[in-house]
Amino acid sequence: MDAETGIGASVLRKEDARFITGKGQYTDDISVFGQTHCVFVRSPHARAKINSIDTDSAMAIDGVIRVFTGDELVADGIGDLPCGWVVNSKDGSPMVSPPHPPIATTVVNYVGEPYAFVVAETLQAARDGAEAVEADFEVLEAVVDTATASSSAQIHENAPNNQAYDWELGDKKATDAAFEKADHVTELDITNNRLIPNAIEPRAALGSYDAASGTYTLYTTSQNPHVERVVLALFVNVAPEANLRVISPDVGGGFGSKIFIYAEETAVIWASAKVGRPIKWRADRTESFLADAHGRDHVTKAELALSADGEMLGLRVKTIANMGAYLSTFSSSVPTYLYGTLLAGQYKTPAIYVETQAVFTNTSPVDAYRGAGRPEATYVVERIVETAARELNMDPVELRRKNFIPPDAFPYQTPVALEYDTGNYAASMSKALELADSDGYAARKAASEANGKLRGRGYSCYIEACGIAPSQLVISLGAGVGLFESAEVRVDVSGSVTVMTGSHSHGQGHETTFAQLVSDRLGIPFESVNVIHGDTGRSDYGLGTYGSRSIAVGGSAIDRALDKIIAKGKKIAAHMFETTEDQVEFAEGQFSYAGSNEPKPFAEIAGAAYIPAVYPLDELEPGLSEKAFYDPKNFTYPAGSYVCEIEIDPSTGVTEIQKFIAVDDFGNIINPMIVEGQVHGGLAQGIGQALLEHCIYDADGNLSTGSYMDYAMPRAADLPDFEVDMTSTPCTHNPLGVKGCGEAGAIGSPAAVMNAITDALGVKDVPMPATPHTIWQTIQDGA
Amino acid sequence: MKVDLTVNGNHHAVDVADNALLSDVLRETLGLTGTHVGCDTSQCGACTVHLNGCSVKACTVLAGQADGGSVTSIEGIAEGDDLHPMQTAFRANHALQCGFCTPGMIMSAIDLVQSAEEPLSADEVREGLEGNFCRCTGYHNIVKAVLDAQANM
Repeated sequence: MDAETGIGASVLRKEDARFITGKGQYTDDISVFGQTHCVFVRSPHARAKINSIDTDSAMAIDGVIRVFTGDELVADGIGDLPCGWVVNSKDGSPMVSPPHPPIATTVVNYVGEPYAFVVAETLQAARDGAEAVEADFEVLEAVVDTATASSSAQIHENAPNNQAYDWELGDKKATDAAFEKADHVTELDITNNRLIPNAIEPRAALGSYDAASGTYTLYTTSQNPHVERVVLALFVNVAPEANLRVISPDVGGGFGSKIFIYAEETAVIWASAKVGRPIKWRADRTESFLADAHGRDHVTKAELALSADGEMLGLRVKTIANMGAYLSTFSSSVPTYLYGTLLAGQYKTPAIYVETQAVFTNTSPVDAYRGAGRPEATYVVERIVETAARELNMDPVELRRKNFIPPDAFPYQTPVALEYDTGNYAASMSKALELADSDGYAARKAASEANGKLRGRGYSCYIEACGIAPSQLVISLGAGVGLFESAEVRVDVSGSVTVMTGSHSHGQGHETTFAQLVSDRLGIPFESVNVIHGDTGRSDYGLGTYGSRSIAVGGSAIDRALDKIIAKGKKIAAHMFETTEDQVEFAEGQFSYAGSNEPKPFAEIAGAAYIPAVYPLDELEPGLSEKAFYDPKNFTYPAGSYVCEIEIDPSTGVTEIQKFIAVDDFGNIINPMIVEGQVHGGLAQGIGQALLEHCIYDADGNLSTGSYMDYAMPRAADLPDFEVDMTSTPCTHNPLGVKGCGEAGAIGSPAAVMNAITDALGVKDVPMPATPHTIWQTIQDGA
Repeated sequence: MKVDLTVNGNHHAVDVADNALLSDVLRETLGLTGTHVGCDTSQCGACTVHLNGCSVKACTVLAGQADGGSVTSIEGIAEGDDLHPMQTAFRANHALQCGFCTPGMIMSAIDLVQSAEEPLSADEVREGLEGNFCRCTGYHNIVKAVLDAQANM
């Protein structure tokens, strides 16, 4: 391999060349001939009956072409937006998924829900048209609060108690028994604050219909264009799948919020055929706040049973999860299979029982946001473990070490369904403590005190299940999709390579990382590899990027396709060497045979594949292009130890992060620079959750935090420099030994920050976000 | 209304609506889509360009206000194939991921460094970039890149 561009090298990114020069092509940068503009008319009420909609005044505005209401979509056979994962309640009954028409017809259930849309010659005309649409609403009582939703007014006819499902996992009896023999029980009531993902690129869509061929083309900001296509074709009935091409060009961040199939792109692609012209829509930021799927929003009661010497015996967790007004695309899986299954954390707790009640409220739908269920699980486990250590007067590090699953216990079956393949948690912890200068902490704390400041330190040892996911396992648990990934490796006649992947990059740098992988295995120059993604017209069906799955699943698919390329190359080489394929070796980009001192470079074999002179064509087809669909055998289990040290000014309540140490175990790493960057970004979002970000609805269901003036996004000065390091226990079940790194930072960091803050204040809990006001008030309340 | 603009050294006389924003003119009229729009409250900074040498948020400047002015956008800072030191530093320090905030961040950072009388510290860079959001990088590598570029500007 080439040490400068191969696996393990921090190769600078290929995609940067266009991004730093303003040559990226995001959806809103694409314009087509005859394009019209679209603006959605959104509900001003959290819950209301729609008596009538008057579009006449809007149609009278100069430049307005058409005004559509939800009834027209229904009449045309357009279906509801589906939730693709059926979760069953304790009693075996399937979840309740209320009707979710893309454009509301009879009721609106959250502020911002679209009930009409205007297509016009210009954006200004479309805006004017939207202003002129008049609706007669009968306002109904709104349900907003997560904790009391099930005893509030019923939102959906088919959902008594506003309940979507009441799910459980684990052995209740064994867990209750563990609590009976416990010497100590730690209880913790905590909330996981609601967040708004806020990719800096707002969602957008450009839909067009070609009447001559009967085909549709949708450019949209999607993390998974193939899933978008199949849902629009099969469930929403926009067009037959073969007649629908979905292109997801450069996408400006996703963090989960661009996984889902939304009303807007559905409306735009459907209406393009009705109008007979292309239609473009781009969200204003206000629309992003109102109508992107939100994240988190759990209310949890947790109990941890321990022996007197700190052995963790049992964990009992009861969570209410706010799903918002409707079940978004993958929402049901988030507070269940991506949450309850992670409650063992890094510990050998023998008995765990979790219940999740999912409730509807008159708020924007809630779905996966960076980490999706796993940050919530880590927050519960790591907050209660730290709290238990304080109650038992134990060092929180020692309590954790005592309960870590030891390295020789893998593969390890947890009591909550997962089988961890590998890990070394104590190793990550030791490295983190070393980087955190644990020995110097007492002196730093004393110095803070001398300055009238409060210093605290918190730990968080997270685990996540990613590399999502083994298809048959998730299908047996209710998923409506497989979660394999596709890859096609096309070797060109000259020996350069084009890779088509079903993964999608919206910041992750696949064009670089995947090229490194191919270059390394084939021994060809990094520059000779071109990676194509995000176009259903060019690559095979794939599942896209989320759940830290791209390298573990998408990368493994590429690796499998490369196996096939090399195998065929050996067959061709064998004919050239006049030997058999088992006598041919491939290494460092050369096919060689012990009986010849003239190895054949990869490019020569590529040429021979397409100029088939030397091998029998009845045995071997011409060409050198191979596909693979890789289905993972298990999840991967990245894990790590985070240490956060903070200082609070008690006179202002301002928290300053003095140190943030992240030591992660992602197994093997292709590009350390990119991996560290992913950790940085995750940490920023996790620290943002802990200190700043909070989505707030008022009692009537109005979004109080509907702009960047109200929703506190982390700015550069809000964040510290991060100290990031790695340990490695390679994944045992995928060919690359990789685990995935996209979500770790957001999963592990909130608990570390909040453990540090509660340590400094000497209190059991402070709600996130721990804003200066919240902390100042906590100090006043205790004084 | 008629507006005269010099954009990246090229003169344009454009006919725009009275309420057209500078960002609209750059993106829609002149096809310079490197200037991105990420919010509607002048907070995110993705649309930052230079107007008469100073960084401005192009979503908050009416095209008419820029009449007769000289605008530099992300497309105009390289000299031929020679990238601006800030562009080079962003790539070398992995200071971008999705790339959407990058043009505005680079334009802000150039003005920040050029306006500083003394070399900036890391904390000053963080304070100086308060008008630009990045959701991907946690700013860690952006700060490194700006300090790196500062040494070469």
